[in-house]
Amino acid sequence: MELIYLLFILALSIFLGFALISRVPPLLHTPLMSEANAICGIIIIGALIAAGTQANSPLTIVLGTSAVALASFNVVGGYLVTERMLKMFKKKS
Amino acid sequence: MNSVFLMNFVYIISSVLFAFGLKFLGSPVSARKGNILSALGMLLAVIATLAGSHIINFQWILLGVLVGAGLGILVAFRAAMTQMPQMIALLHGCGALASVFVDWTAYQTQGTSDLTDVITLYLSIVIGGLTVTGSAIAWGKLSEKITGKPILFTGQKWFNTAIILAILILGLMFILDPTRHDLFLAILGLSCIFGIFMVIPIGGADMPVVISVLNSYSGVVACTTGFVIHNTLLIVVGALVGANGIILSIIMCKAMNRSITNVLFGAFGNVVKKKDTAEKKEAKAISVEDAFLILENAKSVVVIPGYGLAVAQAQHAVRELGELLEKNSCDVKYAIHPVAGRMPGHMNVLLAEANISYDQLMEMDAINPLMDSVDVAIIIGANDVVNPASRHDKSSPIYGMPIINADKAKTVFVLKRSMATGFAGIENELFYYDNCRMIFGDAKQTVQALVAEFKSSQQH
Repeated sequence: MELIYLLFILALSIFLGFALISRVPPLLHTPLMSEANAICGIIIIGALIAAGTQANSPLTIVLGTSAVALASFNVVGGYLVTERMLKMFKKKS
Repeated sequence: MNSVFLMNFVYIISSVLFAFGLKFLGSPVSARKGNILSALGMLLAVIATLAGSHIINFQWILLGVLVGAGLGILVAFRAAMTQMPQMIALLHGCGALASVFVDWTAYQTQGTSDLTDVITLYLSIVIGGLTVTGSAIAWGKLSEKITGKPILFTGQKWFNTAIILAILILGLMFILDPTRHDLFLAILGLSCIFGIFMVIPIGGADMPVVISVLNSYSGVVACTTGFVIHNTLLIVVGALVGANGIILSIIMCKAMNRSITNVLFGAFGNVVKKKDTAEKKEAKAISVEDAFLILENAKSVVVIPGYGLAVAQAQHAVRELGELLEKNSCDVKYAIHPVAGRMPGHMNVLLAEANISYDQLMEMDAINPLMDSVDVAIIIGANDVVNPASRHDKSSPIYGMPIINADKAKTVFVLKRSMATGFAGIENELFYYDNCRMIFGDAKQTVQALVAEFKSSQQH
C-alpha cells in the first residue's frame, strides 16, 4: 500500500516541476540547471542514513562515507555556483 | 514514532521551500532569494534527518561532509563562467554516483523485501550507472580533454544493442533472485560501460542537449533511490529535477530543429555530405574605420553573439563598445539564440559576467519582430544561428532551424577570422547579401579597434 502513496507523490511532483520550470526565462537557464544540481544533492539525506546507520562493514563504510562526500559536494558546489551566477545578473540603474 | 513524524513534517517544509526556490527563479529580481530559500530547505532536511533517523556513527558523516563541502567550495569559486557546462556535468555525475552508493549500501545491509524494491533498485543502478559515466564523458568533451568530434566505430549499433540486451537479461535474472550480488555488480558495471558508449558518439555541438538529458537522468536516479529507501523527499526533488531536464532538452532540440532521438542516436551511420555551392559570390569586406562611421550614425544596434565571442574572450570589449554606442544615443540590444553557448542559457551568463545589463539581453523570439527597424546587426562568433538558408533553402541541413533574422537589419557586420564555415560545416549565404559587410580578424581585436575609434573621435 505504501507504494501507491509514493507513486501518488511522484505524479503530483512531476506536474509541479513542469508548472514551475516552464516559467523560468531562458535568461536564467544556466543558473536553473545549477540550482537543479544543488537540490538534486538532496540525496545527501539518503547518504546520511547510509553512513550513520548502515555503515557496519568496510564496504558499507566506504560507500556511505563516499556518498556523503559526493552529495555534500553537490549541495555546496551547486548552491555556491548558482549564487555566483545570479549575483552577476544586474540591471543598469 | 514521534521523531519520524517530525522528520517527515520537516520534509514537507523542505519540499515547499524547494518549490518556492524554483518559482523565484522565474525572474532575475527574485532569483537570489529563491536560491537562499532552497538552500534553507536543504539545511532543514539535513538537520531533520540527523535528528530523526537514529544515527549512530557521526564520524563517517563528519568526514564525508568536510571533504565534500571543502571540495565544493573550492571548485565553485574557482570555476570560470566559460567552464560552467563542465562544472554542471561534474555535479550531475557526483549526484548520480552518490545515489548509486546509497542504493548499494541499502542493498548490502537490508537486501530487498519485495518485488517493488528489487525493480526500483534495478532501475536505480542502471540509470545511476549510465549517468555517472555519461556525465564523466560529457565533462571530458566539454573541457576538451576528449575530442569534441563524434567517436564512431564499425558495429557500434550492434555493440550498444548487445549491452542493452545484457542489462535487460541480467536484470530479469536479478529480479528473480535478488540475493545474487554478482548480478548486482554485473548490472552496475554494464550500465557504467553503456554510459560511456552512449555519449562518445555525440558531437560537441550537441552537448547542450546531452547536458540537459543528463540533468533529467540525475533527477530520475534521485527519485528511484527514494523508492529504494522509501524516502518521500527524494521522490519529490527527483521529480522536480527530472522535469527540469526534460523541459530544457526539449527547448534545446527545438532550437536546433532536431528530435531528441536524432541528437542522441543520430551519429550512428549517418554522415552528412557537404554540398558544393554552385555559384561562388564575393563577400564584401569593410575596414574598421568605415565600420565605425556607419556605427557612429546608427540609432539602433543589435549584437548577435555566438560561442566564438567567449572563445575570443571579447565579452568585456563588447560591453565597452555597447556603452560608447549608448553614449552616442544609440539603442543597444543583445540577441541570444538558445544554442548560442555550450549549455542552455550559457551566453546570458557570459554577458552578465561582463556587466551587461540583463534587460538588454533579448531572446530570439523577442528580437526577431524588431529586426526590420535595426540599423546595424553585429554578428560576433556566430554563424549557423543567423543563416537565412534555414528559412527558405529546403536542401540545407539546417532548414527549419529557428534563427535570429540578422539579415533583416539595414546593415549587417560579421566579425570573423576567415570565410571558413561554422560548426555544422555549412556555407552561410548571409555573407554574400548586399547589406552584409565582413570585418576580418580576431573578434576581440576588431571590437577593441572600434572602441579606440569611438574614443579618439570623442576627443576631437
